Amino acid sequence: MTGEAMERSATDTDLHYRRTPPVFWWTRKPSYFVFVMRELSSLFIAWLVLYLLLFVRAVGRGETAYADFLDWAASPWLVVLNVVAFAFVVLHTVTWFSLTPQAMVLQVGGRRVPPRAIIGAQYAALAVVSAFVLWLVTR
Amino acid sequence: MADADEIADKITDEITDEITMRVARYRPDKDRDPGWQEYTVPQREEWTVLDGLNHVKNEVDTTLAYRWSCRMGICGSCGMNVDGEPKLTCATFLSDYAPGPVTVEPLANFPVIRDLVVDISDFMEKLPRVSPWIIRDEEQSVDDGEYLQTPEELDAYKQFSMCINCMLCYAACPVYGLEPEFIGPAAIALAERYDLDSRDHGARQRLDVLIEEEGVYGCTFVGECTRVCPKHVDPAAAIQRYKLKAAQESVKMFLLPRALRR
Amino acid sequence: MKFRVEPFLWLAFSGGGVMAAIFLPVLAFLFALAFPLGWLDPPDHAHLAAVVGHPITFLVLFGAFVMMLVHAAHRFRFTLYDGLQVKHRFLVAAVCYGGAFLGTFVALHMLGSAT
Repeated sequence: MTGEAMERSATDTDLHYRRTPPVFWWTRKPSYFVFVMRELSSLFIAWLVLYLLLFVRAVGRGETAYADFLDWAASPWLVVLNVVAFAFVVLHTVTWFSLTPQAMVLQVGGRRVPPRAIIGAQYAALAVVSAFVLWLVTR
Repeated sequence: MADADEIADKITDEITDEITMRVARYRPDKDRDPGWQEYTVPQREEWTVLDGLNHVKNEVDTTLAYRWSCRMGICGSCGMNVDGEPKLTCATFLSDYAPGPVTVEPLANFPVIRDLVVDISDFMEKLPRVSPWIIRDEEQSVDDGEYLQTPEELDAYKQFSMCINCMLCYAACPVYGLEPEFIGPAAIALAERYDLDSRDHGARQRLDVLIEEEGVYGCTFVGECTRVCPKHVDPAAAIQRYKLKAAQESVKMFLLPRALRR
Repeated sequence: MKFRVEPFLWLAFSGGGVMAAIFLPVLAFLFALAFPLGWLDPPDHAHLAAVVGHPITFLVLFGAFVMMLVHAAHRFRFTLYDGLQVKHRFLVAAVCYGGAFLGTFVALHMLGSAT
């Protein structure tokens, strides 16, 4: 069966009934909805990269520009956007970590590393990186 | 000691407990579009959705069409969407849907031939594309005996060999629904099953099929195939591992000079 | 073996996904929420300028940001294609990866301006 043949209903020559998913197919099941939200995290990741680039640029432009940027970043609409973006990044991190063991099979000493260990190691890496960034920025 | 009346009540309860099954009907000779028909069937503790359908077929409406065979989760022919979820109806109990009604539809994403019967020719065409059999560089003669395998070598692929071709994963996969060209979860899991088999040398051949657009890279890792699989094959894992394998091979090909390639 | 571009895109997507999962939570929390809202005292300008002006910071941030952009582009491409059923394969890919390509130049320019 090919894509061209995906008509909504039977015709006189083809008695098969063909169903096409509606555009909002992903609202029909919680698991599909979480999947599409996970995929939409991409938009917020792109936004945060842009935001961080603007931040770096402001720092490079001097003390006043930096202070102005912090004021701008505290404006209500931007705070709302960034809170939403942060929530999507957390969704990305959690889902990414939990799916990694399915995509990767690690062997240590001829034995398969259990999925829990892979997930745990990723959270450990997250903790180390986060602590390092915090130390580097605020020391 | 329990009261005799109480026991009698319990027995009648068991017999008279009923559940309504809302069944999708499509008769191409009569209908342009599918409709619903409701049947009330006894709801017994040990009755599956398939038992309910068999009751309808035997006692109520002989025109209802559906596929089934073994009743024990091995033949893979009784897959249907029960309350919107792809299920083997022989392994899905009516009592889990009490008080009902429970909807029964043909497997999603496949064209419907009649009532609950879907056309599986697309799946049948896709399966052999991944060469799901042992491919040898050099076939050993029968006189040389069988190809031996250690328990560890068996374990490497055993999980992926449990597939019963019930197609629940295709019904759960939104990518297959949207992009019918996608070769699909079961076929890729089966390719992985033979790739991981120590007796097989066909990995390169299958990679050439699965590296195409309608192969592994069409998958966006929704993970529903793994969730609905009645045999715990984990097709989603097979697909992601195949992506990684195909990527590693591609990088190797790109970076290593011809002489160093395997 | 056949040469296809999709495996390379997928590798970049995966690398960017790891980068985003590990680096972005702390960066977003600190710079988008904690410092602007005063949950934590913002670092003084001289210190931050020294950090972002360092060549190692430049390399790490540039690498991580570009990978994250490719990751986002690849994922959004499939969101448009499957999720919203925008069935123009080439156009969708061109817009998404084109955006990431553009973003790479923006990143180079902005990170470079601070060093």
